[in-house]
Amino acid sequence: MDDLVIARSLFGTTMGFHIIFATLGVGIPLMILAAELLYQKTKDEDYAVMGKRWTKAFAVLLGVGIPTGTIAGVQLSLLWPGFMEFVGRVMALPFQIEIYAFFVEALFMSIYVYAAHRLSPWMRIVSVTLVALGGLASAVLITNVHAWEGTPTGFRIVNGEIVDVDPWAAFFNPSFFATAGHVALTAYTTGAFVIASVAAFKMLRAEFGSRIYKFHRKALMLGLLLGGFFSFFSSINGHETAQQLHEYQPEKLAAAEGLFETQAYAPLAIGGFTDRETREVKYGIEIPWALSFLAGNSFDTVVKGLNDFPEEYWPPLFVHTLFNAMVGIGSLLILLALMALFWNKFLKKPEFPKWMLGLFVTAGPLAVLAIEFGWIFACTGRQPWTIYRVLSTADSVTSASNLTTLFVLFAAVYVVLGVAVVLVMLYYFKRHPVEEDLYRADEPGVPLY
Amino acid sequence: MSEQLIAVTILWGFVFIYAVMATMDFGAGFWSMIYLNKEQTKATNIANRYLSPTWEVTNTFIVAIVVAIYSFFPGAAFTLGTILLIPGSIILLLLAIRSGFMVFSHVADDYRVALTYISGITGLLIPGFLIAVLPISHGGFVELESAAPSLDLQALFTSPHVYSFIGFAISSTLFLSSLLLADYSKTAGEPNAYKVYRRDSIILGPISLVMAVLIMLTMRNEANWLYTNMMEQLPLLLLSVAFFVIGGLAIFVFKDRHGMKGVPRIAVIAVTIQYLLASYVYGRAHLPYFIYPSFTIEDGFTDSASFQAVFITYIVGFLILFPGFFYFWRIFMKDSHVREDTQTE
Ligand code: HDD
Ligand code: HEM
Ligand code: HEM
Repeated sequence: MDDLVIARSLFGTTMGFHIIFATLGVGIPLMILAAELLYQKTKDEDYAVMGKRWTKAFAVLLGVGIPTGTIAGVQLSLLWPGFMEFVGRVMALPFQIEIYAFFVEALFMSIYVYAAHRLSPWMRIVSVTLVALGGLASAVLITNVHAWEGTPTGFRIVNGEIVDVDPWAAFFNPSFFATAGHVALTAYTTGAFVIASVAAFKMLRAEFGSRIYKFHRKALMLGLLLGGFFSFFSSINGHETAQQLHEYQPEKLAAAEGLFETQAYAPLAIGGFTDRETREVKYGIEIPWALSFLAGNSFDTVVKGLNDFPEEYWPPLFVHTLFNAMVGIGSLLILLALMALFWNKFLKKPEFPKWMLGLFVTAGPLAVLAIEFGWIFACTGRQPWTIYRVLSTADSVTSASNLTTLFVLFAAVYVVLGVAVVLVMLYYFKRHPVEEDLYRADEPGVPLY
Repeated sequence: MSEQLIAVTILWGFVFIYAVMATMDFGAGFWSMIYLNKEQTKATNIANRYLSPTWEVTNTFIVAIVVAIYSFFPGAAFTLGTILLIPGSIILLLLAIRSGFMVFSHVADDYRVALTYISGITGLLIPGFLIAVLPISHGGFVELESAAPSLDLQALFTSPHVYSFIGFAISSTLFLSSLLLADYSKTAGEPNAYKVYRRDSIILGPISLVMAVLIMLTMRNEANWLYTNMMEQLPLLLLSVAFFVIGGLAIFVFKDRHGMKGVPRIAVIAVTIQYLLASYVYGRAHLPYFIYPSFTIEDGFTDSASFQAVFITYIVGFLILFPGFFYFWRIFMKDSHVREDTQTE
């Protein structure tokens, strides 16, 4: 295989693995914060127990999230030295500021976890807020680099030299806010639905009305409520992200939608496969005029098709499927939350039927899948560029060859860590069931921490 | 000071802080493995108590170093990235295993022994590979003239100079961490653990010094330019040795107020100053080269506008983070709290 392909696969695998832990690293602290606040407000010990158990899970996830993130950061310079040389000159700020976010997260995470027994409730809330802010800031800042790769600003190229560098103009590149907002909102969506999934799974196994059932029910409702809220705003803001593509990276949007002819009143193709030979989407459903409306808020918006671009600039066409899957999952998640709300608040039924709980169980894994699809779409859809129309992927890659061994080794380590983290998590929560924590919480004189 | 010099000083500062924190971190992990079966001394317990809250913070410094390199010296990014691909990847793989399994070992009690062994051993290998970056920068093992720079791995791993660096890294890791843990266990009021770590540090101190001398001897053959530059600062080197002696006396001979042998706090401070002086001498002698002889700090330097923006974020970031670090230190390192934790156990 060619070295460029292996480098791309290796980096893509690293990112695909890191993002699972990173997203949860942003999403779960917000859930912990919500539980801590609810506990202070309602004095219902169940929320304190939730906070404690989610923190434990989070601490274990950090054990993988931090080293894989470190790998991601270092691998960027090892595999894509050409790219990092460019970034160093123009776009170093977000990386630099991100370091401070990491420090904030690491310092207060340790304080929150290892000094729990020494903190006042107020200081606990401050600590976990700082952890959540640190995680959010790292996501927003790293996404900023990704946003800038799509809409590079803050420099000019004259005779192959980078001149007139303006680091803050690069920092506030046009797609920064929409993209960073999307990543933040979807991370919260994912954190909330993952919590809801686990709760629904436990409810399936608990007896209706039991102490355990009630405990998990509270967690489920919290997860669904926040998940529904954030997924709704994710989709509004995802729409804005797509409009950014329309404006700044039209061939990426065209590939995502499988559009070949430039046209006003463009139809939206849902599902199906893009066929390079016949230049059309096969087996898809077409909604007339919808794409033009989505791209520019009016039906007569002219949407550029792939035919306007030389074929070597086309992103891979399978991104259409990834994009559809992400949007599909996003819509489904909103529906799931609405369904729960309807059942619970309007029909006033206290018990969720098994089939519905079963659906809730799928929500968390689906959200994680949507994150994966979204990122693979965003990064692969930028091909053949690492910096849009400025630096090609082929010019970014290391000149070292024989990367296959490294690819195999890294993949093996991710498999080992992935399997181990699941086993450790199952082991721990089996050894320390909710009953134990509920007992500690209920019994006066026995500290929860 | 020129912008380049400011940048390289910041970078050197990060490397020094990381070197000290990482030796403590990897060393503590190793000791917690060695004393795993000796429950009564509490030595493992002490090591873990130090390690648990600090490893994330320590780890962040590696990232800070890497980011500082490519934001200040992007021109070096290409060369460094290419020649360090293999050693860098080995370090990353070890680091992933080490951090992951260390966290797992604190959670899965039944598998603690196996998990601690994996993280303890991988953790001790990391400093050895990390320090290999230094002899690589001395220039003998890299081919920079061709379009694709490359590293001669075979020459690297057959060079006595490289092995003296590796030996130094590993012995220093064990030395510094045992000294620190001696201090920590004394503060925590754990006399048994203290005795163990005091003994270890007394054995390892002289070994580290021998390794350091070995580095100088091999450097004379393999990187004579650096040796000459370092020898020009002989008084500072001797001062560094003097601090080593003070540290040694403090742990071996001095007695504290209660007549107990060893004043580890003084030893830790003296030995840290020793390393600070020695690495200052090394860093200064290395200038202006990033990679000898073809890559200087001028060559790879970033755009001035970027440097200034980044430099300002350093100052602002430091001001914001300082209270956080202070609070962290108060909670985990302050004597009264360390003691309090022993009582609540
Ligand atoms: C739970 C996850 C999730 C969900 C439900 C959605 N997205 Fe998304 N999407 C992401 C998770 C994600 C992501 C993984 O976070 C990406 C990858 C890169 C990025 O900026 O965010 C992304 C990227 C991304 C992009 C590409 C940005 C780029 O290339 O820079 C677009 C156009 C959309 N999304 C649009 C949407 C729309 C219209 C949605 C409607 C429901 C939607 N997303 C739901
Ligand atoms: C964390 C979620 C992410 C995932 C799952 C992901 C996935 C991928 C994949 C699959 C590739 C290979 C693309 C291909 O060659 O077809 C890739 C490449 C790349 N990504 Fe991402 N990515 C993520 C985040 C980011 C971010 C935040 C950045 C910005 C710093 C980034 C920068 C890059 C670069 C520079 C490349 C290499 C060059 C290229 O192929 O364009 N990625 N990523
Ligand atoms: C947009 C996708 C990403 C998100 C949301 C994200 C988020 C996070 C978060 C929250 C953490 C803290 C650890 C955790 O909770 O797991 C983390 C760790 C880390 N991430 Fe990512 N990250 C992303 C992509 C990247 C990329 C592309 C890089 C490489 C340039 C990277 C580099 C790192 C590093 C170096 C760490 C370790 C920090 C430490 O040592 O404390 N991340 N990431």
